Amino acid sequence: METDLGWWAVPLALIGGAIRISTPFLFVSLGETITEKSGRINLGLEGTLVFGAMIAYGMAYLIGDAWTQAEVAAALAQGLPAPDVSARSYPMAAWLGVAIAAFAGAVFGLVHGLICSLKRVNDIAVGIAMMLFGMGIAFYFGKPFIAPAAPDLPSIPFAGWSDIAQVRDAFNVNVLFIIGIALAVFLWWAFRNTRLGLILRVVGDSADAARALGYDLNLVRTLATAVGGAFAGIAGAFLSLYYPGSWNEGISSGQGLMAVALVIFARWNPIACFWAAMLFGGTSALGPALQAVGVTGGYYLFNAAPYILTLGLMIATSSKNRAMAGAPGELSITR
Amino acid sequence: MSVAEVLEFPVEAPPPAAIGSAAFSVETIGMTKRFGSFAALDDVSIRVRAGTVHALLGENGAGKSTLVKCIMGFYQPSAGQLLINDRETVIKSPKDAHTSGLGMVYQHFTLIPSLTAMENLVISRPHVPPVIDWGKERRDLEAFLANMPFRVPLDTPISELAAGQKQKLEILKQLYLRSKFLILDEPTSVLTPGEAEEVLGLLKGMANRGELTILMITHKFREVEAFCEDVSVLRKGKLTGTGKAADLTRSDMATMMIGEKTLNKVAEREGEPDTGKPILRLEDFVVDDRTGLKTTNIETLAVHSREIVGIAGVSGNGQKELAEALGGQLTLKKGKVSVDGARYSGRREESRSHQVRFIPEEPLRNACAPRMSVAENLSFRTFDEAGEKQVVWLRQGRIRAYARELVRRFGVKTASIAAPIATLSGGNVQRAVLARELTGYVELLIVTNPCFGLDFAAVADIRSQIVAARNRGAAVLLISEDLDEILELSDRIMVMSEGRIVYETPSAGADVMVIGQHMAGHH
Repeated sequence: METDLGWWAVPLALIGGAIRISTPFLFVSLGETITEKSGRINLGLEGTLVFGAMIAYGMAYLIGDAWTQAEVAAALAQGLPAPDVSARSYPMAAWLGVAIAAFAGAVFGLVHGLICSLKRVNDIAVGIAMMLFGMGIAFYFGKPFIAPAAPDLPSIPFAGWSDIAQVRDAFNVNVLFIIGIALAVFLWWAFRNTRLGLILRVVGDSADAARALGYDLNLVRTLATAVGGAFAGIAGAFLSLYYPGSWNEGISSGQGLMAVALVIFARWNPIACFWAAMLFGGTSALGPALQAVGVTGGYYLFNAAPYILTLGLMIATSSKNRAMAGAPGELSITR
Repeated sequence: MSVAEVLEFPVEAPPPAAIGSAAFSVETIGMTKRFGSFAALDDVSIRVRAGTVHALLGENGAGKSTLVKCIMGFYQPSAGQLLINDRETVIKSPKDAHTSGLGMVYQHFTLIPSLTAMENLVISRPHVPPVIDWGKERRDLEAFLANMPFRVPLDTPISELAAGQKQKLEILKQLYLRSKFLILDEPTSVLTPGEAEEVLGLLKGMANRGELTILMITHKFREVEAFCEDVSVLRKGKLTGTGKAADLTRSDMATMMIGEKTLNKVAEREGEPDTGKPILRLEDFVVDDRTGLKTTNIETLAVHSREIVGIAGVSGNGQKELAEALGGQLTLKKGKVSVDGARYSGRREESRSHQVRFIPEEPLRNACAPRMSVAENLSFRTFDEAGEKQVVWLRQGRIRAYARELVRRFGVKTASIAAPIATLSGGNVQRAVLARELTGYVELLIVTNPCFGLDFAAVADIRSQIVAARNRGAAVLLISEDLDEILELSDRIMVMSEGRIVYETPSAGADVMVIGQHMAGHH
């Protein structure tokens, strides 16, 4: 039942938006945190995100379609009437799409990492190349998937008890969001308490020291970039399979790039990444939320809120004299 | 007859204990390392006796680091053997060296800045468990530290530790890794005289109790005399002497290090400071460092014409921020810097009109464009002016002629003035920057660690140039971590500690130990 909540609809929509929209920010920024902790920056995550969205959607659609046809064929083979498959949805197909997107993202990260392991290669330049490559290849292979509908990822109705539709909507939380929170906490713990976490920080903070301890810098960094790419692939899958929930060429609108800025804002701390992602998600929902209560003036201005926020935060948290506290020492942007 | 032939070691029986439980001896026999046709190390045989502190002396490029790198497995020697406890041992890699109980404390720090001391120690172990139990590690470390001569805070990130604490932690790390043979590369360069005494004294104690053997690279004769049983001297890759420290005088050691050539004496200061004519004035000077965590705060500082004011202090106590703020690299948070009574912020017009010259530390990085030519680098102060006017078109002929003149006058050794300045040796880069900054009339000279890492001859030369500028009437602010340099050159000495000037004394009659106590933060 739709209830008229008046202005209460705005904070509700912001919370709901924060939960929904933050998920891709969260995954990309967690992945980028891992990469940057190792001392490399991967600006190609925007491309990885878009490609992840395309391949997750395409694969989920193709797998779902194949399963539907198999079901029909099986029924017909047994002489039964063809079942009504128009409302069939296969969450499993969507999860397979997510897995394939993660794998594709890892491959993208691996390519970035391997190219950057060559001598005199700049990670920022390679990142931009990978971003353009990822987007280009996604658009090229994605054309046939713009029209059909792929299965959705399931969500958990945390407010199923409420009879207000908007509340139920706002707290319809996707499983990936919960996985993202768990990952943020896990990474925060792992950076301090596991061997791998410490090695990652050593490699990212002092190449000389890491070499002296006998670690293979390029190996660690390449793997860290691959893991970061996988996270971005999952973020892409979320975009096309859950929210907004379809594949088109403008699906990311720069979220992959903003997530990189968000890592800097979050000072390479996974928990802070979560809060930053929530903040970005919330501001992204500002335009639609205001429109829903009838404020239509400045719609595009409010839609630009996350970008203005990025800019404002970067200016506010930067300093002419100070190096960034908490920045991995080997990161090319802070050296 | 060389000194090496005269002196002989007492022959000792190899200690029966196995490696790992007690100190052991290390000996090189005919160690040679060639890079192409150049022998960086030529037939060097030294014996470091178990349970002793052995000094390795030599100028820059004498082969000291090549020798220790061969011992530590960074290099494979072209010829020669290594004996550990009189048994021939082949060290293929630093890892091998570690397994054999050899450890090295480098001159540059190998600690990871953002990790805490505890994290640094644990990650340096060869076997780290996949998930680290910090409670257990802390208990183990406390137990380990209880038997150690000095302590460091375990939970502070390295980047917030003072240089002296880092140096101690580097040494603790080697002991934690159970190294029984330590190579120390100029271990006291970042320590106050007091800290140096403490650390070396404690290590010597451990060595003489048979827990350790130490090979120490140094250039301080005082340390050799006070802490070392034996000494070996290298020059141009060859061993020029080895023997008991007690049997050698300072002049013997100096002769072995630099040969028979005579050194230029540093020019004498002439004339008294013109105290009526302050050139540089700092008032209520406040500047934050790049992390924003430490503040440098100088209430008042004046440098007069014909005066060298030496700023002493252990590195990391605000000297760098002071220099960077004066050079215009950091902006002041508060306060005022004036030159000749006019506000000064380090801009090019200001430094030009007041004849302010600036020699920062690491000049190749901070005062040169490394890939531009020597001639171009030498012209940075002058390329755009012709008399009073600004030039539009550069006159390459004039730039080259100017560069040739400076290269000749300051004795910069370069293949050509068209060579990139990065191809010059450290001493020659320093000379080139000095040539650029000291040419013409200089009213104020700000100079940081001018002789860091240079050899004897270059040091005397560069110090003479600084004194000569002072004698011509320049005000000089000399910021240096080398206390001997400060004592030698300054008219007035100030000590910086924790971002403040904590002590001031005229250099005539200055007491080194008092200065040292202030450097260490005891005021």
